[in-house]
Amino acid sequence: MVEITLPKNSKVHQGKVWPKPEGAKSLREYKVYRWSPDDGDNPRVDTYYIDMDDCGPMVLDGLIYIKNKIDPTLTFRRSCREGICGSCAMNIDGTNTLACTKGMDEVAQAAVKIYPLPHMPVVKDLVPDLSVPYAQLSSIEPWLQTVTPEPATEWKQSHEDRTKLDGLYECILCFCCQTSCPSYWWNGERYLGPAVLLQAYRWLIDSRDEATGERLDNLEDPFRLYRCHTIMNCTQACPKGLNPAKAIANIKKMMVERRV
Amino acid sequence: MSKSSTIHARPLSPHLQIYRLIPTMLMSIVHRITGSALYFGVVLFVVWLAAAASSKETFDLVNGVYGSWFGRLVLFGFTWALLHHMLGGMRHLIWDTGRGLEKATTTKMAKATLAASIVLTILVWIAGYAVRGGF
Repeated sequence: MVEITLPKNSKVHQGKVWPKPEGAKSLREYKVYRWSPDDGDNPRVDTYYIDMDDCGPMVLDGLIYIKNKIDPTLTFRRSCREGICGSCAMNIDGTNTLACTKGMDEVAQAAVKIYPLPHMPVVKDLVPDLSVPYAQLSSIEPWLQTVTPEPATEWKQSHEDRTKLDGLYECILCFCCQTSCPSYWWNGERYLGPAVLLQAYRWLIDSRDEATGERLDNLEDPFRLYRCHTIMNCTQACPKGLNPAKAIANIKKMMVERRV
Repeated sequence: MSKSSTIHARPLSPHLQIYRLIPTMLMSIVHRITGSALYFGVVLFVVWLAAAASSKETFDLVNGVYGSWFGRLVLFGFTWALLHHMLGGMRHLIWDTGRGLEKATTTKMAKATLAASIVLTILVWIAGYAVRGGF
């Protein structure tokens, strides 16, 4: 169901303003969502100031600067710092993206505002609990399924068939799209969401996969697939430039085509 | 050692409150709102038909209300809701064929829907007044 407001324990309060680094000439303001399970407090937004002469250009660099030099309790996920692991997915300047590939200069507002991925249970600060999307991903069985005997060498695929996987295989499962989708916000327990449906399509159109019928049966459901209302937040958000909305439209087309 | 750290229920991260409103998202919301508004508009239409079927006095009364400046404003809004919802529906029809789903295209289509709905509404009213031969 549509929710306009946040539950009482989730309302965001004003937080602390941390002191500016001494002697810094060029400052950038960060407003970061904070919540700790260790006290009974509501979430809050803390303000930090980053010395731009002592920090890299990406939003993630700023977060690491805060953790190293201002407030070591700030908690966030990060690993590769080059947009391939998907760990540092968060809501930056109102849009879901990867902190490591988003430049601070791309944020037009004076303050860089950072929240965890939207409408998710928060584990701590910028770390959301992604158990539900992971369970949904495993429900679509994202691996090659065949009935014909395994060939002596590899499963062959023509260049043309391989091309069909372009724009799908590149997904890093950061869930930026998944948690940008209002339909997923309101029906996240039953709607599979853009990231999971893009994965489903990746296996549906794989020429080597032989479980297409079963896969479509599994998706033929008013909620699992058809909660997509082409709001397009997913495609607008994807930090890898993929198009989950189009993948979902193609699944809907496959559903119709197999009936005629 | 400190106590278990899961004693406090996890909060829900902010969503609508913080997400940047983009044209495609906005047009999706407006499509919903205009869709609901059309129910109300159809009631107005049915009242008008029922009045025409009952008596001249009732019909004149309803016409009087609808013809007042406030009535016309509501009808103008109804016209816009109808046209906006129709154009939105056409957008969905195109999408259902798998076309027009590219990132930049969807944003252009969203903006075009809004612009076209306003222009068409004004054109319909100009045409209406022209047929009527005056205000």
